[in-house]
Amino acid sequence: MRRILAILLENEPGSLSRIVGLFSQRAFNIESLTVAPTEDESLSRITIATKGDDKVLEQIVKQVNKLIDVIKITDLTERSHVERELLLIKVLAMNDKSRTEVKRITDIFRGSIIDIGKQVYTIQLTGDADKLNAFLKTLAHETEIIESVRSGCVGIARGEKALRV
Amino acid sequence: MSTPLFTGAEMVVKALSALDVKYIFGYPGGSVLDIYDAIFQQNDFEHILVRHEQAATHMADGYSRATGEVGVVLATSGPGATNCVTGIATAYMDSIPMVVLAGQVATSLIGDDAFQETDIVGCSRPIVKHSFNCRRVEDIPNIIAKAFYIAKSGRPGPVVVELPKDILIPENKAKFHIETNVKMRSYNPTKKGHPKQIKKAVQAITKAKKLVIYSGGGIVLANASELLTQLVETLNAPCTNTLMGLGGLSGTHKNFIGMLGMHGSLEANKAMANADVILALGARFDDRVTNNVKKFCPNATIVHVDIDPTSISKTINAHIPVVGLVDIVLQQILDELTETQFSPDKTALEQWWQEINEWRAVDSVSYQQDDSKIKPQRVVEAMYKITKGEAYVCSDVGQHQMFAAQYYPFAKPRQWINSGGLGTMGFGLPAAMGVKLAFPDSHVICITGDGSIQMNIQELSTCLQYNLPVVIVTLNNRSLGMVRQWQDMIYGGRHSSSYMESIPDFVKLAEAYGHVGIKIDRLDELDSKLTEAFEIKNRLVFVDICVDEKEHVYPMQIKHGAVDDMWIKKGVKA
Ligand SMILES: Cc1ncc(C[n+]2csc(CCOP(=O)(O)OP(=O)(O)O)c2C)c(N)n1
Ligand SMILES: [Mg+2]
Repeated sequence: MRRILAILLENEPGSLSRIVGLFSQRAFNIESLTVAPTEDESLSRITIATKGDDKVLEQIVKQVNKLIDVIKITDLTERSHVERELLLIKVLAMNDKSRTEVKRITDIFRGSIIDIGKQVYTIQLTGDADKLNAFLKTLAHETEIIESVRSGCVGIARGEKALRV
Repeated sequence: MSTPLFTGAEMVVKALSALDVKYIFGYPGGSVLDIYDAIFQQNDFEHILVRHEQAATHMADGYSRATGEVGVVLATSGPGATNCVTGIATAYMDSIPMVVLAGQVATSLIGDDAFQETDIVGCSRPIVKHSFNCRRVEDIPNIIAKAFYIAKSGRPGPVVVELPKDILIPENKAKFHIETNVKMRSYNPTKKGHPKQIKKAVQAITKAKKLVIYSGGGIVLANASELLTQLVETLNAPCTNTLMGLGGLSGTHKNFIGMLGMHGSLEANKAMANADVILALGARFDDRVTNNVKKFCPNATIVHVDIDPTSISKTINAHIPVVGLVDIVLQQILDELTETQFSPDKTALEQWWQEINEWRAVDSVSYQQDDSKIKPQRVVEAMYKITKGEAYVCSDVGQHQMFAAQYYPFAKPRQWINSGGLGTMGFGLPAAMGVKLAFPDSHVICITGDGSIQMNIQELSTCLQYNLPVVIVTLNNRSLGMVRQWQDMIYGGRHSSSYMESIPDFVKLAEAYGHVGIKIDRLDELDSKLTEAFEIKNRLVFVDICVDEKEHVYPMQIKHGAVDDMWIKKGVKA
């Protein structure tokens, strides 16, 4: 099962490498990982999308918690949450037909075209992984994808629940 | 008057003194010469110069295992630091508190592949509890204080502190401030067990008809052996110890049913397999204990007490987990038993002990001594008699380790010192030296093999320099016995690289290092010569004992089987 883990940790040299090292050392899966400092610069927040059954997930959570510079970890997928990922994609848009098609698909998915070259459009789209996948698939059908980059997902719990010190 | 300023090197030394360090083990080199200079100019602690940095880590480790204090190591950057890696891993696997101060090239050179630069924090990351890249002079004292706090609190373990040369040199000075009462927002290990879990645990224990207490290294580390003994006696329950937990309950206690696991006693493994409740205390269901996890005690309710939540339900699912320091949890359990006015179910207990005594009667930990070659087990028994069971026994890794664990019943915790988790050959001698330093008036034995002893034999020189008269007992079977045993049992007797045709003359070697060497190869002189060896108090004695090279360690769990599927003797199943 796919899980999204949110980790709050000390923003110190080496703390990210400890997380990454732990996952590879213990053969845990990482589908995506994002990291950035929080509004409090002394803290970093990492979001990891991973896969595993309950037993594996229990170990992941415990092992991450055991790292000295981790303050908190929570499994967002345990309850209602919002998940977002950013996609930037460059596609061929050579003629009117393909330009219209690309524009139409982008609109349907509520993306935006953020740059135009002689023969290419660059599009930005946010959403959960499913939406991004669907968009990619549809686009690939209509035109040629030249380059794409995904941020990996970030997430936050709905309602009052918060991950903070 | 202005506040005095100190160099980083001086701060290292001042911090170590502030933390009451008595010994540090190390080896100098370019990046740490300033620290060595500062050490030279102080008298608060002694530096022990080893002959190889790996030995420094094992010595610090042995010192820690015997005393409970944090072991401290100092090594230079590059090769000095990488030589520590095996010792760090050894300490990590057995949860030994250790702080390794490693030099590093100057900050401005880091990343340039400078002379003697290695990323020791990176190299050691998977085998440390934590590590610090120190980058500013003024941070040194508090980083060292934190390193000590982390190393010894919660589940103990090794901590590496990397110190670049430019923050140690005389040009850079700062004010010295150390906060020895460390507080960290991200690290607050649990101490007490959750009251609800304690209640559940006690309910399970008191309802049990066939309870086994399975206790491990955690009991030793937490100095909880008196409480364990009290619990065992209150419940009149059988208790088995892991290899790391030996001495946690006295090896001669009537409720002790021996070590469990791969080379454990039949009664210990049978009791586990037949138990309805297993109370695991500071033990971690290691694969050398469980054998095939799929067949492990399917009918038992498992109560697992451990300080480390990751140890719980990692390999074996715990029905009643209790996270906490095992000494505190034991006290909570004892209090709860008193509160609920527990009285044992006499009939059930009697039946359970009867069953256990039948397994005991098989006498699975036994051997046959004829009058030809000396059996290794016989040597351990002789050692036990001569030292009245009171010696510190530090072991290397191999058959001799198992024989020592089986035939020297340890009365007290911390008496038995071995690398159980990593199984590091070469651990024994330096560990024994660390112990001897702490307890100069006690018998300290290094029990070893002809293979293992050669992995850190250079330390014989350190022993002379610091007058560390340990007794080295080599069960010399002219082979890598444990490897050969597996080859005999599993690989059709093909002894691929498991015997050595060029073993040195250990007596001459010991003498060359300035010590006493004694060779024993006849059974009729074993006791007298060994006694003689232990009577020499002020010199290191290297006793080289020629033992039967064909002897195997029994009993032994059968691969892929249940915990109690065992070979009792060659070709004889339980
Ligand atoms: C550093 C290291 N290398 C290899 C091994 C694998 N190993 C385990 S026991 C053993 C043989 C040890 O031989 P010896 O010290 O003579 O002890 P014996 O088994 O003969 O008593 C070996 C090679 C190990 N445990 N540690
Ligand atoms: Mg040998």
